[in-house]
Parts: sequence; structure tokens; C-alpha cells
Amino acid sequence: MIWLEQHFRAVQASSWGLLHRTNVPKDVVDYIIFGTVIQEVKTSNVAREAALGAGFSDRTPAHTVTMACISANQAMTTGIGLIASGQYDVVVAGGVELMSDVPIRHSRKMRKMMLELNKAKTLGQRLSLISKFRLNFLSPELPAVAEFSTSETMGHSADRLAAAFAVSRLDQDEYALRSHSLAKKAQDEGLLSDVVPFKVPGKDTVTKDNGIRPSSLEQMAKLRPAFIKPYGTVTAANSSFLTDGASAMLIMAEEKALAMGFKPKAYLRDFVYVSQDPKDQLLLGPTYATPKVLEKAGLTMNDIDAFEFHEAFSGQILANFKAMDSDWFAQNYMGRKTKVGSPPLEKFNNWGGSLSLGHPFGATGCRLVMAAANRLRKEGGQYGLVAACAAGGQGHAMIVEAYPK
Amino acid sequence: MVASRAIGSLSRATASRMLRCPGYICRNFSASSALQTRTHINYGVNGDVAVVRINSPNSKVNTLNKELQSEFVEVMNEIWASDQIRSAVLISSKPGCFIAGADLSMLASCKTPEEVTQISQEGQRMFEKLEKSTKPIVAAISGACLGGGLELAISCQYRIATKDRKTVLGTPEVLLGILPGAGGTQRLPRMVGVPAAFDMMLTGRNIRADRAKKMGLVDQLVEPLGPGLKPPEERTIEYLEEVAVTFAKGLSDKKISIKRDKGFVEKLISYAMSIPFVRQQIYKKVEEKVRKQTKGLYPAPLKIIDVVKTGIEQGNDAGYLSESKKFGELAMTKESKALMGLYHGQVLCKKNKFGAPQKEVKHLAILGAGLMGAGIAQVSVDKGLKTILKDATLAGLGRGQQQVFKGLNDKVKKKALTSFERDSIFSNLTGQLDYEGFEKADMVIEAVFEDLSLKHRVLKEVEALIPDHCVFASNTSALPISEIAAVSKRPEKVIGMHYFSPVDKMQLLEIITTEKTSKDTTASAVAVGLKQGKVIIVVKDGPGFYTTRCLAPMMSEVLRILQEGVEPKKLDSLTTNFGFPVGAATLVDEVGVDVAKHVAEDLGKAFGERFGGGSLELLKQMVSRGFLGRKSGKGFYIYQEGVKNKNVNSDMDGILASLKVPPKSDVSSDEDIQYRLLTRFVNEAVLCLQEGILATPAEGDIGAVFGLGFPPCLGGPFRFVDLHGAQKVVDRLRKYEAVYGKQFTPCQLLIDHANSPNRKFCQ
Repeated sequence: MIWLEQHFRAVQASSWGLLHRTNVPKDVVDYIIFGTVIQEVKTSNVAREAALGAGFSDRTPAHTVTMACISANQAMTTGIGLIASGQYDVVVAGGVELMSDVPIRHSRKMRKMMLELNKAKTLGQRLSLISKFRLNFLSPELPAVAEFSTSETMGHSADRLAAAFAVSRLDQDEYALRSHSLAKKAQDEGLLSDVVPFKVPGKDTVTKDNGIRPSSLEQMAKLRPAFIKPYGTVTAANSSFLTDGASAMLIMAEEKALAMGFKPKAYLRDFVYVSQDPKDQLLLGPTYATPKVLEKAGLTMNDIDAFEFHEAFSGQILANFKAMDSDWFAQNYMGRKTKVGSPPLEKFNNWGGSLSLGHPFGATGCRLVMAAANRLRKEGGQYGLVAACAAGGQGHAMIVEAYPK
Repeated sequence: MVASRAIGSLSRATASRMLRCPGYICRNFSASSALQTRTHINYGVNGDVAVVRINSPNSKVNTLNKELQSEFVEVMNEIWASDQIRSAVLISSKPGCFIAGADLSMLASCKTPEEVTQISQEGQRMFEKLEKSTKPIVAAISGACLGGGLELAISCQYRIATKDRKTVLGTPEVLLGILPGAGGTQRLPRMVGVPAAFDMMLTGRNIRADRAKKMGLVDQLVEPLGPGLKPPEERTIEYLEEVAVTFAKGLSDKKISIKRDKGFVEKLISYAMSIPFVRQQIYKKVEEKVRKQTKGLYPAPLKIIDVVKTGIEQGNDAGYLSESKKFGELAMTKESKALMGLYHGQVLCKKNKFGAPQKEVKHLAILGAGLMGAGIAQVSVDKGLKTILKDATLAGLGRGQQQVFKGLNDKVKKKALTSFERDSIFSNLTGQLDYEGFEKADMVIEAVFEDLSLKHRVLKEVEALIPDHCVFASNTSALPISEIAAVSKRPEKVIGMHYFSPVDKMQLLEIITTEKTSKDTTASAVAVGLKQGKVIIVVKDGPGFYTTRCLAPMMSEVLRILQEGVEPKKLDSLTTNFGFPVGAATLVDEVGVDVAKHVAEDLGKAFGERFGGGSLELLKQMVSRGFLGRKSGKGFYIYQEGVKNKNVNSDMDGILASLKVPPKSDVSSDEDIQYRLLTRFVNEAVLCLQEGILATPAEGDIGAVFGLGFPPCLGGPFRFVDLHGAQKVVDRLRKYEAVYGKQFTPCQLLIDHANSPNRKFCQ
């Protein structure tokens, strides 16, 4: 039960933080949606259980969504859909992931035996079933880290992607160093204001992101490739790390917010989901989603003041940049006439990203949107663009607009 | 069975274009200009690494021919002489092919074994220099690395291969009746161990890159890349080169060792192989196995064992000498000429000489989910064709769908497919009981029961639904296509596609055109067949077409021989010892006694006494007793689930006794029995060419070997006549004619060939 409790606490903390900061009473919330990736065995609807555990009204329905690394994005856009269709006024959307304790299954043989034991009526039947037990039944099944369709791990695919776009090891290490340095700077300057302190039961309270580790290029160069050995380019230092985390966001129609006396932080303007080949283009979601969402919103790259992309791997980000900057790729693979162009680096993930802040699968989406909104406020721009890739060869992009001051 | 397996893998190798066809046009450069502009090989220098790129002009594949070899030697000499260069990378610029093998025409032009031996020794010398190079050489392998290509690669200090399906390594020489003649028989056992080397060289099987890495045949793997700023294939080769250059640098800087860590099992094997007694036992075992499988009909495998043995027991020099000598001897054998002929024929039968069809077939519909229908569906869906499988009953349909699924799932078990790929392939199949969706079909193949009125009914039903361009193909083994087409509103769209059972294993497809079949319809049928991975012969319509018609007189002789009191087991061993993959009596059981009877009756009516000899009564009585062969559990043999050694069906004794005819003593020796079967087959095949049923003798050879199991070591009926002499065949036929009568009368074309000994069917 500890696992589920942790979930409760994580969600509790994020939603408590949310409600505390927004001063919204719990009973105003009409509906709750949470994204998660690795499912809890004890409940298929962690959103409902966690909402109850977090003290929301038992009259507030909740459901769980999943879409790999863009699960929280899916929770937000599902919320947008419910509000836009007039079903609800106030929705809490978020994501939660507990990577430090994932459910591990018994093997199929063991599960089969256990289920049959349940059905066995006589002692004889039970004994005969038990006599079939073999030691190898006990070997466990871990949750898959590999793509279901291709059996390739994401890091392996990222290494191939980097090679396909000829992204060097040095470029990747430099980008990772940038992410860590910027995150450190943002943290030091107190810009990461979306963090809510969390008391880990039996341990100290976590008050800030604890994965930010600016290092030196020399140190990073010493690491061995983690996936394609011995000559690959993706290492532990230029990959995002998996971590525990939860995030939440309060979404309502502008009129409702104003009627309730709130001042919104940002508009969620437009969004798209895309999908492509899960083998060779697994992590190119942002490339496909960016031009689409811009077109939908009637904007261009120049209109965007803050880019917040999910940094799965340095190599993935840099490959996406190259793909977005290639007419050849746009014409041959995306069916577009011209390239969309790569985002200017000075507007890109200025407060760090998943490489330095960590990547709790199901929770990252809200963090990206919040970072974009906060940056627009702080840096004074109008539009932010959020984009992310996800397992299964899927992708997502969203336009965030600063609420006028 | 080795024959059929050998041919099976022969074709797999050709599927990846292993050796070049001889029609390849040589470049127009003279020898002197080749000095300035090399046409096959060029190289650049990257730091201190020379990158040697192999790219034969005007060809999809690189083959080791004289020009390429001399350019290669030239380039390597420059590299060895240069002070700036410290290591080298060998790479092909062609995606999908490193080096596909040696140039076969080089061997074909040799008149004596000595000439061939000399070619072998030149190759040996060249590769020895590579092996002894002080500057490390890295072979960067993407695509087919076969025969001489593999021998080159294993002479290098290091090998890096792309891990994709196109990259295969192998020594297919045995399938052409020769042996790896450029040091392969000596280096391979040292590199991968004697047992693995024997396995590669004796089966000729292709080894995929990941397996090659495990065996120690390659040192590193490179993953194929997806699209980047260039097409995937192009970038993958570039990446392979980049990686290879890094390793070449590492090797010359001594940062990387070429020594490989051997696993426990490998160490154990190499220890065992150091004991002379164990080695002798292994040679003995392998030799026994080969003798049993080849029945002494194929000389190459035994010589390979011999050469490997010489190298290990008597040292390198003796090994190389033995290799080149035996290579020369083998290249001159009839068996080798027969197998090479089949190889060339197969290349021809993998081309669509009717051009591209106006409309590519994307939606296929198959009528009848029986063994054939489901088999056709299986080989279609796995090539991406959207396929409807229609049957009249749910039970029949379910059985057919299960057959397709099982066929795919077996590939998953062999790791040729992932379970995900299986599911996505299986989704191309739609099973149904009605004609929904037929309005979108580009081709309909009917595989319903062999009954003319039923075929007429489905043809009319289907024609009411299908679009104008849709081809109607009939899968029948004997019903004339023109009779089926008689009720069609559009006979130009009707064609025969005769598949062989089991469809997913048998490579042959016999396409039958009628007078009215249009060229575009034929082009479309050939295109579909090629997509399904078939080797295709296109023949004219007539009773039994080509394959069934050749088989029928031989089958009639089988009955006669059984009536004369030869035991089924004895007959089976006589035929398999002659090189047929399946014994003659077993073949009747496999085909189905009722089918054989049906065909014999039909063709007997059409061809009269030429198809006589055996008594049809034998088949009729078997059918009436329910002895239908394997499918009913009893035929000449008894078939039981799980029982490997089948027993003779003793209930047949009564039937055979009642139909017994006295044997003619002067034509009943073992050899005579074998030749009575063979010559009737050959005579009918030549008659098919004479009558224009066959367009070319090459198609006749391919059809006989790949569809009917004609002994591959004989190369097919036409190659057999060429190699053994038409006069001898005619003499035999005359001898049997004198005893039995007209069924043995040689046909005119055969007599013509006997009269002019210089006339050959195959060039």
C-alpha cells in the first residue's frame, strides 16, 4: 500500500499546493483528471483514489489518462475539452509518477497457477497444482522500458536518432550542460516558483529539484555510452533522468474565473497531437507537432517568445532542431512544402528542462506548461510553445498565451 | 532431402542477389585508362585512415571480377606504400550489397581445372596479403557479403556489420557445386571453429549480422538508422563508415584489440578440437551425415570436408593447395554445371519479362480457404498485400485463417518476425463468407475445389462484382484455363496461376496463359507472383500445362513398376538415390491418390497411349478402399500422428497382387527402373518445348526442379539432355520402346538433338 499512499501524498501535495496558492475551495472543483504512465496494480483509476485521499469532495468525479510522456498534457487537454463542451466549469488536471517504486509482476506461469489455485475446490486439486510449481515461476516481470512494437529502448532509439541527424557527442554534452547550468541559475534566482515542498514519509522534506548537477564537459566526456556500446553517443549525462513527481493545474473558462474573482495566469490556446513511425522517428514528435500547432493558431515561429520542449535526451532535442530546420525532411517525411525552422536557442528552455529537472513520466506535461506561463510573465512575452515527444512515436504541442496584466 | 534443402537455400541466397548474372555489361574503359580512372574502386584518406569504396558501375551488386580485383590490388599497394596512411576501411557504396560473390562467368570461361585452380590461387595470394597487412584493415559490411566477398572480409583484421535484414554473410559455393576457393575453407574454421565452419560451408546458409556477431564472424554491429537529413540507406552507410573509421584509428593506435573474448562454450569447443581423436570423430560424423543426405550425388560437400581436414591436419600450405586444386576439379563437374545452370535459370525466372502492369495489384481476393487458398493468402499478406480470404463455410474459413496465423507464428518462433510484426501482417487479412469488398479487388485468385462447373459458377458470380481491370486467376493443377475462361465475359482477364503445395515452402509458380489472355493480365500475374517471392515460369494452356503434364507419364510408369512387383519402399529408395527429394510412391501419397487418379484420367483422355503403361485400375481401387494417401492416413504407406517411420500399408498387397504384371527382365534392373521414370519425364518435357507449351528450356528446367523435385544435381530435363547427351537419352527410350511400346517413343525435337550433337538446349 505504500506505493499508493505515496501517490496520494504526491497528488495531495501538488493539489494542496495548487489550492493553497490559488485559494480555490476544494468543493468548487467539478472534475479531476490525472495522467500517469506506469499503472498502479491496486487501482486502475489512481486519479479517483488519490483525489479522495487528498481530501477532495467524494462528489467530485475523477479519471485517469495515459499517453506515455505526454500523459499530463492529455489530462490538461481532456480538461479543456470538458470545459469547452460545457460539461464542467472547473477542472483540476495533473500528472503523477512514482519511478522509485514500480509494480513488478509475477511471471505468467506463476500468475496462471495462482489464479487456478483460487478456483481449485478440493485439497487434491490444490496439491496437484502446487506440485507443478517450478522455481523459475518466481522470476519476475518488470514493467517494459522498451517500445512495445519494436522492443527497442528509448535510449537506444535516441542514439540512433542522433546518429541519423549526425549530432555529435560533444554537441549533446554541451546541450546537457546548458540545461543543467540554466536550471541551476533559475533555481538560484528563485524562478522555479512552481515547486511545492513535499515531505517524504520517514525522510526529509524535499524543497527543491534535486537532480540539477552542472558538471564540466571533461567530466561528461568520460562517461561511457549507455545504450549503443561501445561507440554510441547517448550517455547518462546527456539523458533525462526518471524521477518521482506530481504536478497539477487548475483550468477554468475565463468568464468563470473572473466571475469567481480570480486572475488567470495564462490562456491555453491551441493544441495538437501527432504520431509517426515508432521505430525510426520515435522521438520526433515536436518536429511534427510544432508547425501544425502554429498553423492552427495562426502564428509563426517569430511570434513565439518562450519555447518549452520536453528534453528526453540532448540528442533528441538537437535532432529535432535539425529536422525542423530541414526542407528535405519537411518535404520527404512531413508532406510540407518548407521547413518550420528551429527555435532560437535564447528563447528555448531558459530555466532548464527534463535533462536537469528530471522526468517523472506522467507529470512532466504540466511542468512544461507552467514553465512557459511563468517565463512569459517574468520575461514579458505573449506566446509560449510547449512540445513533447512520447513513447509509441507520438507527440504533442500546445500554445500558451500570457494573460494580460 | 539435402537436394531440396540445398535448392531452398540457393534461392534464398539469390533473393538477396548473391551472385551476378552473366549478362552484365562490362565497362568500356580500356586497361590503360583504368590506371587513371578506376571504375570499381576508389579511395579517399580521412586523417590517417584510407577509406576504400567499392562500387561496380551499371550494376546493383559488386562482384569480384578480374577488373575489380586488379583495381583492388592496385589501391591496396598504394595504401601500403603510403607513409601517411596507417589503417584502412573497406566499404561498399551500394546499399544492400557489400560484395555478393565472385564473378561466375570467370569460371564458366575456363576450359580446364588448371585454369580454375589458377584463379583460386590468385585470390588466395591477394587475401593472404590482406591478412598479413601491418596496417589494420576494417571491413565495413552492409548488405550481402557472400562467397568471395566473405572470404575477403575474413582476411581483414576487423569486421563491422550493419544489423539489418539485408546484411547476410555466407558461403553459398556448395549450392553451386563448388567450394570457397580463396582461402575460405582455411580461414573460416580458424575464425568460427570447425563445427560452425562446416555448418556454413556445407549448407551454404545465410547468416544474419546479429548471429554473425555471436559466432565471432563479425566484431561489431551498427544499427541501421532512420531518416535524418538524408535518406535512411544513404545515412546508414555514411554512419557505418564513420564508425569503421573510428575503429580503424583505434586499431592502428593500439587502443582496440582484435582479440575477441570467447564465451565458455566456444572455449570448450576449441579445447575439444585440439584433441586429435575428437577431430577425427567430428570429420567422420560430418562425412557420414553428408553421405547420407547427398546419397553421393553431390561431390562438393565431401571435398569441402576433405580440404578443411587437410588444412587442419597438415598445415596451411597444404590446405591452400588442396583448396585450389579441389576448386578446379569441382568447377568442371557436371553437378556444378547443372547447379550453376539452375542458378542462372532462377535469376531469369525472377524477372518480369512482360513489363510493369498498367495497374499494380494492391487488393487481392482469394476464393476458397483450403490448403492452397490459405497458403496463397499467407505469402500475400506478409508482402503487404491487402487480402480477402473468402470461403463458403465458417469452419473452412476458420481453418484457413488459422493456417495463415500458424505460418506467421512459426516465423515468430524462429525469430524471423516479432510478434508485433506478425499481428500487423495478419491485419492485412480479411476473412469473410460473402463477396463484400470484391468491388475494390485488383485480382481474384480462385482456389476452390477442382471441379469445372464449380469454377464456372464462382467465375460468373465474381465477374458480376469485380471492377473492369480486375484479373481473374484460377489456381488449378490440371483443368485447362481456356475451358474455365469459356464462360467469362472478359476472357482476356482470365489466367491460370498454378501454385504448389505447401505454398509457403514451394517456390515455383506456374502461370498459364490462353490464346485470349492479354499481355497486361500476364504482366499483372507475374508481378503478383514475384511479390509473393515466387520463381515463375509462364507456359501456354493445354491439358496439364507443363508441370502436371511431365509428371503424369512418370507417375504412370510408377504404377507400372509397382504392378511389376517392386515394393513401394524399394521404389522410394531407387528414386531418392537418383536425386529426387521425395520417393515416387511417397509422392503419390503426398499428392493424394484421388487427385492423381483425377489427373491421370483427364490427361489419359487427352494424350492417349503416350500416357499409358501403368493401370489406372490401381488408383481406382485405392480410392474405392479409401486409401487416399497421407490425408486419409493410408495410401501405399500408413500415416500416424507422431510416428516418424511410416510402415507399408499391408492392405495394398491384395490390390497389387490382383493387378500384377510380369516384369520384363531385360529392362528391370535398378538402373533401368530409374531411367524408365526419368526418360519418360524428360521426353514429355522436350515435347512441351517442341509444342510451344514452354517458351524456353530454362523455364522447363526451373519448373521441373522447383515444382516437381527433378534431381537438382541433373539440372533439370533440358540440362540433363545437354550434359549427358541426347543420343544416350534417345537410345534408352528406344530400348524401352522396343519392350513396352509407344509411351517411350522419343519426340522429334529430342531426335533432332541426338542427330546434331552440337545442338544444345542451354547455352
